Amino acid sequence: MLNSGTIRWNHVLGRAFIYLMLGAFALYYLIPLFVMVVTSLKPLDEIRSGNLLSLPMQPTFEAWGIAWNSACTGVQCNGLQGYFYNSMIMVIPAMLISTLLGAMNGYVLTKWKFPGSNVVFSMLLVGCFIPFQVILLPMAKVLGMVGLAGSLPGLVMVHVIYGLAFTTLFFRNYYITIPDELINAARIDGASFWTTFFKIILPLSTPIIVVSTIWQFTQIWNDFLFGVIYSSGEQQPITVALNNLVNTSTGVKRYNVDMAGAIIAALPTLFVYVVAGKYFVRGLTAGSVKG
Amino acid sequence: MLKKILSKSIAIALLAMSASAVVHAGEVEVLHFWTSGGEAKSAAELKKMLEAKGHTWKDFAVAGGGGENAMTVLKSRVVSGNPPAAAQIKGPTIQEWGDEGVLTNLNSVAESEKWNDLLPSVVADAMKYKGNYVAAPVNVHRVNWMWLNPAVFKKAGAEIPKTWDELFAAADKIKAAGLTAIAHGGQPWQDSTTFESIVLGTAGADFYRKAFVDLDPASLDSEAMVKAFDMLRKTKGYTDKDAPGREWNMATAMLINDKAAIQFMGDWAKGEFTAAKKEAGKDFLCMPAPGTAGMFTFNIDSFAMFELKDEKNKAAQVDLAKTIMEPGFQEVFNLNKGSIPARLNMDMAKFDTCAKDSSAEFVKSAADKTLVPSMAHGMAMFSAVQGAVYDTVTKFYNDDAMSSKDAAKALASAVKAAQTK
Amino acid sequence: MVTKWLERIMPRLVLAPTFVIALVFIHGFILLNAWLSFSSSNLMPKYDWAGFIQYERLFANERTAVAATNLFIFATLFILICLFLGLLMAILLDQRIRGEGVIRTIYLYPMALSFIVTGTAWKWILNPGLGFEKLMHDIGFETFQFDWLVNSEMAIYTVVIAGVWQSSGFVMALFLAGLRGIDESIIKAAQIDGASLPTIYRKIIIPGMRPVFFSAFIILAHIAIKSFDLVMALTGGGPGYSSDLPATFMYTFAFTRGQIGIGAASAMMMLMTVMAVIVPYLYSELRSQRHA
Repeated sequence: MLNSGTIRWNHVLGRAFIYLMLGAFALYYLIPLFVMVVTSLKPLDEIRSGNLLSLPMQPTFEAWGIAWNSACTGVQCNGLQGYFYNSMIMVIPAMLISTLLGAMNGYVLTKWKFPGSNVVFSMLLVGCFIPFQVILLPMAKVLGMVGLAGSLPGLVMVHVIYGLAFTTLFFRNYYITIPDELINAARIDGASFWTTFFKIILPLSTPIIVVSTIWQFTQIWNDFLFGVIYSSGEQQPITVALNNLVNTSTGVKRYNVDMAGAIIAALPTLFVYVVAGKYFVRGLTAGSVKG
Repeated sequence: MLKKILSKSIAIALLAMSASAVVHAGEVEVLHFWTSGGEAKSAAELKKMLEAKGHTWKDFAVAGGGGENAMTVLKSRVVSGNPPAAAQIKGPTIQEWGDEGVLTNLNSVAESEKWNDLLPSVVADAMKYKGNYVAAPVNVHRVNWMWLNPAVFKKAGAEIPKTWDELFAAADKIKAAGLTAIAHGGQPWQDSTTFESIVLGTAGADFYRKAFVDLDPASLDSEAMVKAFDMLRKTKGYTDKDAPGREWNMATAMLINDKAAIQFMGDWAKGEFTAAKKEAGKDFLCMPAPGTAGMFTFNIDSFAMFELKDEKNKAAQVDLAKTIMEPGFQEVFNLNKGSIPARLNMDMAKFDTCAKDSSAEFVKSAADKTLVPSMAHGMAMFSAVQGAVYDTVTKFYNDDAMSSKDAAKALASAVKAAQTK
Repeated sequence: MVTKWLERIMPRLVLAPTFVIALVFIHGFILLNAWLSFSSSNLMPKYDWAGFIQYERLFANERTAVAATNLFIFATLFILICLFLGLLMAILLDQRIRGEGVIRTIYLYPMALSFIVTGTAWKWILNPGLGFEKLMHDIGFETFQFDWLVNSEMAIYTVVIAGVWQSSGFVMALFLAGLRGIDESIIKAAQIDGASLPTIYRKIIIPGMRPVFFSAFIILAHIAIKSFDLVMALTGGGPGYSSDLPATFMYTFAFTRGQIGIGAASAMMMLMTVMAVIVPYLYSELRSQRHA
């Protein structure tokens, strides 16, 4: 009797400890976001007088409005709205093309291996690790030669090229777990290369397509280096505009506008993680972990 | 919305395969890093005037203090064979770009507009590569200014200083009153800005020129330099501890908001005061850094013009160069930016006392041979050497264990190492 | 006949663009960079031959040692802390936790944000006069000190704090996926044998996740070596150049200072470091596949 009571107590204490730990970690992760949100809702004098964790006394969305449509990003003062749109029309094609190519590569690399296919894979993998500063100037030269310098299509091309290594890795590691028998059976039935891909492989790929698109969406949306180098003027993506906005100030730094701008720039990726995060972890479980 | 984005994405994807972008007629793309308040306002004036001439201004602002990101962008654009019409480049860097053979020749505009007569020779020389005009100057900044907030001095019961000794005496009082005596932004270029004013103020223009223009090793590693380093460390004692990483305009804001008393900064700081509706001589004072009265460290902002292919854009580029040199632009631009016009014989009526002083000192110092190029702002040396100086000064500034003697020695050897081509 | 031939070469055809991309945009560019590191390039790339002079200059520069030391400190701490925290959080989350979905999202969301975005907030929190230190002073701890951001000795550790914040959630997700992939029956069997939960984790589960450790290590190592935005947004490499990393060093010399040669040489050193890490990985990866 006494004994089992102690065990129950131990159990309760243990559970409480676990929740406490989890809560403490959650705090560490949430503080920066909390500071950003709270600050963006405060008027300037409240920011100056209060401390960074205090809640806004008169919450206002004014800073959000300014960041969205009237803050200066250099000479222009139209806020971030136009750049938000730029990022959208850049991210979507880059994400789709690199994911599709990655799927096709993964399919060949696992189910249609030929002498040398692993060499191609190894060559590509180096691309995951290349410091991007190295490729800035040669890439600029190539973009100039094909007439895409300083344009959004050029930027899309760069993102596809340097995202390909990751998407290929994802799909290869996932397709390894699909039994070869499945493909062999289809082959015996006379199914062609593409029929097998579209009818058998692709329908099985949902979890890894989710992982790949989330990864690519986040990477490309958040990129600053390529964005600042390979786009120009009004075509700049939102990270570049945000950097301009944060650095544009007159006498008084409007922290609330900076923070509101930062959150606006982060909303799409945050949204993707919150809504699809579950599938991201599930997709990782489904096989890509091995890589 | 989503549908629109999707259809546009598809169009972009298709474009990615077909290549070639549409070019508008008479367009100038201007790469600059003027994103702070007073600066952006000044750049907007140029845009307005150019648009009044029927051209399109394609703004290409890339933020980041000393233009680090902007220079990276410029390099990649030149490599891709698609340079902007004009880029904010100055000093010896113009010569470096000239060596690459990518700058255009502005001699015909310069001749028809009589630039040779309008520009002081030190400005004109900086705009030329091998005797040909390749850039247009927008202003002349004086770097060896010291900005003061008289209200803070009054509150602390301190006197406005004229010498270094008076300055430190006043700073002690201000510090005792619980205020920040010297507003500083701890970034390499700002450390060097303070340092060059100290060198000029303690060792004079001839020494400055020998050390930072001729790069004479004996001057770089000398008693005078050791003293200057000592003084730099002393000023650090009067800054607040949040200084590292602070942007210059945030340091100026400390004066605007009555939090700090003194800032060593070029006259672009005045653009911030003006933008905050503060009045020169009343809300803030401008004085040459102690010991530098009658001397002038200049920093000339200019737009270097690149060789373009499109004829219409070339015409727009010529108009841009012309507009930059027009008195109307020079006046309104410099009123906003805090500097003085690059061209001579301008009517200074609308300018405040600081600018009038600056303008008079500019002419006088040229005659007295106390006019020197700013080291901290890329006017005195190539970027590699300047970088080496930055590294040493900022290392010393942030490492209290480094002695002034070692710093002077390190300065000489770093400059030597960076020079070997 | 033609279709049959087409069908046979289809795999090669599909992989061909990737091969070209890898050849030109990865290996071609690395070779170009190698050439630049032996050239006299200053402001713009110049393809000539100047011997080892850029490497000599690189190693003569004081900043090189600072950047390399910082990378060592940063990478070691960053990787170890991320692995430790990631594993710990994954194990805790694996105890049938109520609200797991919410907690997991909280841990994972920093991955979604660019450092251009969060750098602003971090800079503020870490700044002694505005952030955490001021907060502690305000609530009564007058002597509390937390000034790492503005202290040359400690600035690199703030980079670790922010780096761990961004990446440890992702490592947690990897470990969680690994834990979920472990066969339940093994654990059940051990429990029947009377093994305690900590023992089961130590003896059975954690050793079983070696591949996850391995992938997490590789991912973290490459993040550490490539770290750029992180430093730029947080410290700008400062105070002075005390929190410089090789990536920021390379950027400064190649692009800000017109010393492309030195920049290229430092990039080669970075690449070699990366290769030393990934070549063994690639080797084991491809070998294990042959056995499978």
